Amino acid sequence: MTSLPARVLRAGRIALAAGAAVFLSGAIAKAQVAPPPGPTVEAMKKRGALNCGIDTGVPGFAFQDNKGVWHGIDIDYCRAIAAAVLGDPDKVKYTGTTAAARFTVLQAGEIDVLIRDSTLTFTRSTVLGLDEVAVNFYAGQGFLVRKSVGVTKAAELQGATICVITGATLELNIADFARSTGAKIGTLLFDKPEEAIAAMEAGRCDGYTDDSGSLAGMRSTLKNPDDWFVMPELISKEPLGLHARSGDPRWQKILFWIDNALKSAEEFGVTKANADQLKASSKDPFILRLLGAEGDTGKALGLDETWALRAIKVAGNYGEMYETHFGPKALNLPRGLNNLYTHGGLHYPLPIR
Amino acid sequence: MIRHPVFRALFGSKFNAVVTVLMLALFALTVPGLVRWAFGHAVWEAMNRAACVATDTGACWAFIKARFALFFYSVYPEAERWRVHLGLAVLVVIGAGALFSHGRRGWWLLGLLVVVPVVDAILLVGGIFGLTPVPTERWGGLMLNLVISFVALGGAMPIGIALAFGRRSQWPVIRYGSTLLIEFWRGVPLLTVLFMGLVLLPLFLPHGVNVDNLVRALVVMTIFTGAYMAETIRGGLQGVDRGQAEAALALGMHNTQVQLLVVLPQALRLCIPGIINIAVDLFKDTSLVSIVGLFDLMGVVGQSLKDPAWTGLASEGYVFAAVVFFFACLVISLGGSVLERHFSVAPRASKS
Repeated sequence: MTSLPARVLRAGRIALAAGAAVFLSGAIAKAQVAPPPGPTVEAMKKRGALNCGIDTGVPGFAFQDNKGVWHGIDIDYCRAIAAAVLGDPDKVKYTGTTAAARFTVLQAGEIDVLIRDSTLTFTRSTVLGLDEVAVNFYAGQGFLVRKSVGVTKAAELQGATICVITGATLELNIADFARSTGAKIGTLLFDKPEEAIAAMEAGRCDGYTDDSGSLAGMRSTLKNPDDWFVMPELISKEPLGLHARSGDPRWQKILFWIDNALKSAEEFGVTKANADQLKASSKDPFILRLLGAEGDTGKALGLDETWALRAIKVAGNYGEMYETHFGPKALNLPRGLNNLYTHGGLHYPLPIR
Repeated sequence: MIRHPVFRALFGSKFNAVVTVLMLALFALTVPGLVRWAFGHAVWEAMNRAACVATDTGACWAFIKARFALFFYSVYPEAERWRVHLGLAVLVVIGAGALFSHGRRGWWLLGLLVVVPVVDAILLVGGIFGLTPVPTERWGGLMLNLVISFVALGGAMPIGIALAFGRRSQWPVIRYGSTLLIEFWRGVPLLTVLFMGLVLLPLFLPHGVNVDNLVRALVVMTIFTGAYMAETIRGGLQGVDRGQAEAALALGMHNTQVQLLVVLPQALRLCIPGIINIAVDLFKDTSLVSIVGLFDLMGVVGQSLKDPAWTGLASEGYVFAAVVFFFACLVISLGGSVLERHFSVAPRASKS
């Protein structure tokens, strides 16, 4: 039997603890409802534009048309992000970045995100301290070779000379490949693809190596495309995607889920054309959540409810973007690994719920 | 005809005759093909490269035509391009005044150094007098080459003069300081300094402090050109006869007056060929900024080759860029020779 004062004290303590618990859980719930959007988004809103780091020109990913308007799958991503976060796909300031400068420019804070057909690698994630947010294109290093050389796979390139452009991982991959297979492959180095192609056509080398995305487009521009073929074999994995500066997890999550939303949209048949209509009339709860008719995905990201709808309406879902820039009417590159997992590809959007 | 000096020069000796025949053979081998490519079989109207190739085997000038405006202004807004034209007109008129006027040349030169930069900066940047601001990331093409050249040359003159005098100073600190600066900037390749300015500088600056890309390139190009200018001007200063300075001192002028009013003007006159040389060099070097992500003429040409509609037309693009650069440099050279003739010492000597 405890004394009365002791009982009162204990009751008081319990009440206090309960009160603290209620207060704390309330605070946590509040945090879940409205997290801060993060410094990157705040800076973007203040500035009124997304600073998007892009390639200075590469077919399919980022290039200007005759009027100087940027096109490409990387550009579509920049615009979709601007639409989701700032509400306007045109609020993008593009910064052309060269292979040498791209990561420094990102680290220095001059761009918010780097979408520049850049491979996500161990070193870039750890040593350079970048967030590798998402893959928007699965590529690999391949070879374009003269048919008369008479080889069918990369391992047979023994003694051949390949024209290579410097400054990227291309040279290193060839060296690795040669070491692992014991084949001696000569390389001839160039600064620009057009120089390498000219040398190749002049017979100074037997083939050209580049990301698979570029090779198909390159072959069609040769004087006699029929004399050349693109080997089906790839000697490296080049997952190209979005890099962000480490240190702003909120921003990283926003980018990650915009990428997922674009791919989910393809999976669920949401297109640029039918998105509005589906939002109003769809019976599928997943689509309703994706398009912001139900649930509160926007709040969790620090955005509003229709962030994904706006992103999708810029250039369509992932499949539509691919079709525009790499489809039969453009570079004519089969989707392959860049298809959804349901069609034998690698894009497996995480569920938005 | 055999006695004609041209014939004698070409076929006068056995050696000359062999060289002449070889050169003629070389021309016969290359020129017809080049002319056929550039004119005979060229395609002037086409929607894209595929249409070009389907039409004829020569150059696809339709590519240049389709992107003509892009090569000159990049993405400077179409509705605002009159500002570029007006800015260029101001530069040409005042520049011509400075070259050809008699008597009032000083005023024209002052205009070139003060009015043109101010007016052109207002026109191109905008933001006041109701002009829409045009951010520098929309600047590009040949216009960017011209802007960088003009700013760098204008800025390099005072820097060069200061460093040249500094290197001749009697105070060791200034003398060695100037020498160090000149040697540092001349000893580093321009590309390296450009990379430093555009890539490394942001890492040193506090986070969030953004210096415009173009401004960084301008500063780097200006200082770099200034270092070269300094040596050219120092050469000019050394070329001025010592008697000039002594005579001026004897007239009671103090040292600063002697240097600025007597020695420097004569030195600059001697430097004109050197300065023109720097200007031509500088104009061509401006194309290096394409490597650091600015879209000058070369940058736009390189980038245009990446548009799937036109990929594979590198020859056309680079030939066009070469022609444009050649004519621009020709204008600089001609302007230089006009200046030289006006300022040359010889005619005055013959008058006296």
